[in-house]
Amino acid sequence: MIRFDNVTKTYPKQNRPALRDVSLEIEKGEFVFLVGSSGSGKSTFLRLILREERTDTGMVHVLGKDLARLSNWKVPHMRRQLGTVFQDFRLLPNKTVAQNVAFALEVIGKPRGTIRKTVPEVLDLVGLAGKEDRMPGELSGGEQQRVAIARAFVNRPMLLIADEPTGNLDPQTSVGIMRLLDRINRTGTTVVMATHDQNIVDQMRKRVIELEKGRLVRDQSRGVYGYQH
Amino acid sequence: MRLQFFLSEIGVGLRRNLTMTFAVIISVALSLALAGGALLANKQVDSMKGYWYDKVQVTVYMCNKGDATSTPSCAKGAVTDDQKAQILADLKKLPIVEKVYYETAEGAYKNYEQQFKNSPMASSITPDQMQENYRVKLKDPTKFTVIASAFQGRPGVQSIEDQRAVLKNLFSLLGGMTKAAYVVLAFMLTVAMLLIINTVRVSAFSRRRETGIMRLVGASSFYIQMPFIMEAAFAGLVGAAVASVMLLGGRYFMIDAGLKLQDKIPLVSFLGWDSVIQVLPLVLLIGFLMPACAAFIALRRYLRV
Repeated sequence: MIRFDNVTKTYPKQNRPALRDVSLEIEKGEFVFLVGSSGSGKSTFLRLILREERTDTGMVHVLGKDLARLSNWKVPHMRRQLGTVFQDFRLLPNKTVAQNVAFALEVIGKPRGTIRKTVPEVLDLVGLAGKEDRMPGELSGGEQQRVAIARAFVNRPMLLIADEPTGNLDPQTSVGIMRLLDRINRTGTTVVMATHDQNIVDQMRKRVIELEKGRLVRDQSRGVYGYQH
Repeated sequence: MRLQFFLSEIGVGLRRNLTMTFAVIISVALSLALAGGALLANKQVDSMKGYWYDKVQVTVYMCNKGDATSTPSCAKGAVTDDQKAQILADLKKLPIVEKVYYETAEGAYKNYEQQFKNSPMASSITPDQMQENYRVKLKDPTKFTVIASAFQGRPGVQSIEDQRAVLKNLFSLLGGMTKAAYVVLAFMLTVAMLLIINTVRVSAFSRRRETGIMRLVGASSFYIQMPFIMEAAFAGLVGAAVASVMLLGGRYFMIDAGLKLQDKIPLVSFLGWDSVIQVLPLVLLIGFLMPACAAFIALRRYLRV
């Protein structure tokens, strides 16, 4: 599903690499936590998977494709097989819940019939049935994140990338979001989640990958958060 | 392709930048009206020049029957065949003469008719009022006086005319105006391009949330960029339509009504509606394509896909 081979990435005008010689493999259907303090390279790791950035040296394979050799015009098609969720939800404030989810399908040219069928299904899945016509501003943070997850999942991606999805939520709401991500994982979707939330990592007992100053320092199945910050 | 989606995106974009959209429309309209106007002015000058100026520099008019009473130099009546042959031989002897064309009175009338077919003057002249003439092309057009002094007052010669001198000032004025129009046009087009690029930039910035999400969910660059490009193209097309109206109105008010140039200068055959209409598709095409290209260039810089 995802393979990093000796990946090093240095941003322009920076001395220290954001990622240094990282090698790992994530199998289909896994649930992986990515932990590490700020600046440890978590975001760079995720951006490389999304091909928002390219490696300096080393190879990144996602869904069996070498991203370095993937031509620019094929990148959108690759991203259609990925779902992405962020800490700040990134919803469109002037569209309703249903429109926000439908937007993801509209812009990749899905027929209207499919959209009309799929959107209520996925909103039901994330527990937002009956709130289709609400505006994001009228929803709680947890509900907004559910909309974002619905949008990421509506195209049934093979892989879901979550960058601190509970970062703006209180612990109880976070648990709900984690249950939802777990359920999505059980449908066969691989989930990679960067987080700072110790409780969640310790409770879920999933594989934990820890980065420190751009190096891979721990890769532990059924791991815990493991460091204090 | 989801047309409705595109149309709503374009509508939202245009409304959000209403003032900029107007600026684009106006600047495109002005620059294209100027471009079309300059093109038409050029055509007008060429149509007049083409016949009179390039081919012929000096005309030796010979006496016809009617001139015997009206023109002193033709008191001896119409030109004879001998006189004609003598004039032609003498013209050809001169080293500065490059070519001599003979034109019958009938031919002169036809040319006249052709040149002034839209003018009321055409019908007031009859073939026998026209003179036979030699049209002389000089190697050096400034040597007109040589011809004038050699042939003025000769038997059978009614008059000698340097049409070049008559038209020269007018054409140099028109030519200068056309050039000035092209310079202004170049500036206007630059301004229009910069405005479009800036408008697209503002538009892309104000919709960076949408485009960011589009990128994430895997929308192709076509889907992401097309609304911006169509927005610019639409504004440009409206501008071009305004420019077309300005051109049509310009012809109407300058030539037919308002200034009434056709009535005031009946000697000049002005461009017809067909010439103006021929220019319009070009104006519309440029009005559509130029903003689209400018938007495309702007997006390459400001909208990473």
